[in-house]
Amino acid sequence: MLKVRDLTVSFRTEQGIVRAVDGVSFDVGEGELLGVVGESGSGKTVSLLAVMGLITDPNAVIAGSIQYRGRELVGLKPRAMRELRGKEIAMIFQDPMTALTPVYTVGWQIAEQVLAHNKVSKAAAWQRAIDLLAEVNIPKPEEAAHRYPHQLSGGMRQRVVIAMALSCNPALLVADEPTTALDVTVQAQILDLLHKLRRNHGSAIVFITHDMGVMAEIADRMLVMYAGRVVERGTKQELFSAPMHPYTRALLDSIPPLTGEKPHRLKVIPGTPPNLLNRPPGCAFAPRCEMRFEKCTAEPSLGSAAHAAACFKVPA
Amino acid sequence: MSAISDTIDATPKSRGPWATALRRLLRDRAAVAALVVFVMIVVLCLLAPAYAQWAGTEPFKSTLDAVIKLNGQDVPVMEQSTEGLGLGYTPIGPTWQLGNYFLGADNQGRDVMARLLYGGLNSLFIAGMATVVTLFFATLIGLAAGFFGGIVDMLLSRFLDILWAFPVYLLAISLSIVLIAQGLDLGIITIESGSLWLPIFIIGVVYVPYVARPVRGQVLALRESEFVLAAIGLGVPSHRILLRDILPNVSTTLIVFVPIMMALNMITESALSFLSIGVQPPDASWGTIIQDGQTLLYTRPMVALAPGIAIVITVLALNVLGDGLRDALDPRSKIRIGRS
Amino acid sequence: MIFALLQRIGQMAFVMFGISVLVFLIFFATPGADPAARIAGRNATPEVLEAVRKSFGFDQPIYVQYLTMMKKIFITGDLTSFVNRGWKVVPAVMDTVPVTLSLVIGAAVLWVFFALIIGIVAAATRGTWIDKTLMVLGLIGISMPVYWLGEMLNLITQSRYHDTWLFSWVPPLGYKNFSDDPKGWFLTLVIPWITLSILYIGLYGRVLRAAIVESLQEDFIRTARAKGLSETRILLRHALRTSLVAFVTLFGLDFGALVGGSALLTEVVFGLQGVGKLTYDALLNLDLPIIMTTVLYASFFVVMANAVVDILYMLIDPRVRTA
Repeated sequence: MLKVRDLTVSFRTEQGIVRAVDGVSFDVGEGELLGVVGESGSGKTVSLLAVMGLITDPNAVIAGSIQYRGRELVGLKPRAMRELRGKEIAMIFQDPMTALTPVYTVGWQIAEQVLAHNKVSKAAAWQRAIDLLAEVNIPKPEEAAHRYPHQLSGGMRQRVVIAMALSCNPALLVADEPTTALDVTVQAQILDLLHKLRRNHGSAIVFITHDMGVMAEIADRMLVMYAGRVVERGTKQELFSAPMHPYTRALLDSIPPLTGEKPHRLKVIPGTPPNLLNRPPGCAFAPRCEMRFEKCTAEPSLGSAAHAAACFKVPA
Repeated sequence: MSAISDTIDATPKSRGPWATALRRLLRDRAAVAALVVFVMIVVLCLLAPAYAQWAGTEPFKSTLDAVIKLNGQDVPVMEQSTEGLGLGYTPIGPTWQLGNYFLGADNQGRDVMARLLYGGLNSLFIAGMATVVTLFFATLIGLAAGFFGGIVDMLLSRFLDILWAFPVYLLAISLSIVLIAQGLDLGIITIESGSLWLPIFIIGVVYVPYVARPVRGQVLALRESEFVLAAIGLGVPSHRILLRDILPNVSTTLIVFVPIMMALNMITESALSFLSIGVQPPDASWGTIIQDGQTLLYTRPMVALAPGIAIVITVLALNVLGDGLRDALDPRSKIRIGRS
Repeated sequence: MIFALLQRIGQMAFVMFGISVLVFLIFFATPGADPAARIAGRNATPEVLEAVRKSFGFDQPIYVQYLTMMKKIFITGDLTSFVNRGWKVVPAVMDTVPVTLSLVIGAAVLWVFFALIIGIVAAATRGTWIDKTLMVLGLIGISMPVYWLGEMLNLITQSRYHDTWLFSWVPPLGYKNFSDDPKGWFLTLVIPWITLSILYIGLYGRVLRAAIVESLQEDFIRTARAKGLSETRILLRHALRTSLVAFVTLFGLDFGALVGGSALLTEVVFGLQGVGKLTYDALLNLDLPIIMTTVLYASFFVVMANAVVDILYMLIDPRVRTA
């Protein structure tokens, strides 16, 4: 359904060109849940913003191909993109506290999206808003629709945001760290909600996070990103039971174990991610990799296998 | 192998907030241009005595009988009126010859150009000094009210409210009318009726709430910030906290206010002088010259036009500079340019 | 709720009381002042001074004089001018109110309309030459002294170009009653309206642009874009609406001040006998009863405007309501 090939997003800055996304390729099938994992600066958010056409920086240069159901999105006219956005591809963001416009009721804001993409009456749109609020488990939806965002808690606001995103039954929902700003119990509720909605609406979800634990819960397939590139991809089982890339392994190792002996210190990955302004050639992870050897000065490629890693230590 | 350190980028050393701000300011071409224009105007006005001497005209004496050389001919400065009934005299218009009644003469035969420069000196001086007065009192009041809170804050805030509820111009005019007539005698300081310090004092005082309120707001916020609470908790005496922790943080706000207040003060002073209750004769300011030009408005408009344009250019330069300063020091600041 | 309201009214009354005291002190108690001498004029003999003092009640203690004046303004309404004896002050002030209102309301309509256009267009085209030009024009508007601008416009419309078709319709300076001559009323006010509004158009245009541009950086704008809304809708319905608060608060305060008499420079330059001009004339003549009344009138409006603005704030910004 979504085919991304060699996506590159560069930003022209005063100090030079920053390649936030560097030749990223991935697929999303209908109805599947793809998890994208990586630390800050790995390019995970920027890639998906490019898919949505939400990169508004005039200094950005987007190259490559993004195909949605056969339609090329890179270079698509803004008007056409706007018709897709919110209707067939939707996105929700990290901080629910600031995601909604403070001066309009939540019902109004949901109805606004419905009306923007569907020729229905205001009353019908309002009713749809109430139905959606009920679907995301907000109590007393008819009353809640008249509330303003500041009158709702963070968890409630995020549900409203999800309701809004699903209002036009999108084929693809991109969720950029939707639970990071919420506490753990609310996090679990939101994840359950996403599961349920996926079943009811049949939407595919791309779930961006830096939290491997969350990944384990919900993902079908996973992408691991580092320094603007995809370093490993595979199903959840494959990545958790047999991770191939040293970075993936290190990420998994850094999760404190639930059973067994309590470690003295958490295992961390030494070093910091590279400066995307002046990328040294070769594997981006090499400076921090325990297993690096002389071949790592060249650029490893991902290969075409379903479970693949961009590493010279891994048989292609 | 610890090649890790090779690839960890050393964070570039920061130059410190003032140097960074200066760099940002210097990159703002409009602000730099405005600064240059303003400095040029100040320099020109400082040359007023030199110009008057060189021109040989008497900017402060009534010289109705003066005669100048124009294109080789002797031309009296006050010509017989050709308008209306032909009664009375009309001063000559601009000659566009430097040093020779460049902008013409006013009702008293005086050289408008020389008066313009002298007037500029007074206007700039008053605006600058009034700014100092305002900032001084506003800082004191803002710091005290914001930091000590309680009764002190309540009293000072009420006082500011009352002062501010009095429309600025009405208050300034009231004070001017009363004080111009008799001067100000506060026991320790006496300001005489014709002194420039009277408008300086009045304009300075009238705008105190305009600056004191934002300062107070900022001090209030700073007082709750962690580093101040820590200092209080450690038992650091109040005056040290004020001096070393709070004042430096407030200083950026104050610096941005300097050009803004100067611009405001220039306009206020010119309005007061225009109404004859600002700068008093024989002193001149751009406002008094506009007033001089009122009766000549339809016949010799240059007398009223020139000082007005001077004010517009100066105030414009100050406003642009203020914008640039604000952006350089604190791009997210909420202080905006304009009137009360 | 009632308590808060009472508290607010108490605050307002306190401020107005404070102002009246301040004015009284300025005119009657500044060091070196002698109101009798001012009224009697220079070279008045001691007997004249004494007579003046008695007849105006200046020999009474200050607070008695103050209370007498307050009583005459509010309770008996028969306060008379010091300069034109017998001229009732309160009706005199009331007569000038329609003139000021005509000037200020007309200017306000102009300035809100143009400031909105300039602010929105500048924000929509931010960074381009259109934006920069509009902002520079706004700056120029702020930098012109209003009385000078008025004089220059007078120069053009009354004198230099009066005979051309452009400005031949401009009537001589002065105010015409709406009820007597609606067309004349309108024509005499056009140039004053333009003069007064230019300053505010510049100011508000800039403020609005800054507020909208700031709004556009907020997270909820990103959400609105993700919803697939058009940029126009986002600008007008989401960014502008949120910035309106700053605009309205400022407007309320400035409008209140102008109604109270802050437009006096414009009134003086155009010969309009409004509240501001009345205040100014009274100040020149040191006619304290009129000064007192007009200042009270002015401060009432300022204080009122503050209160109204707070209420509007609550209406426009739902976040404040539950606080």
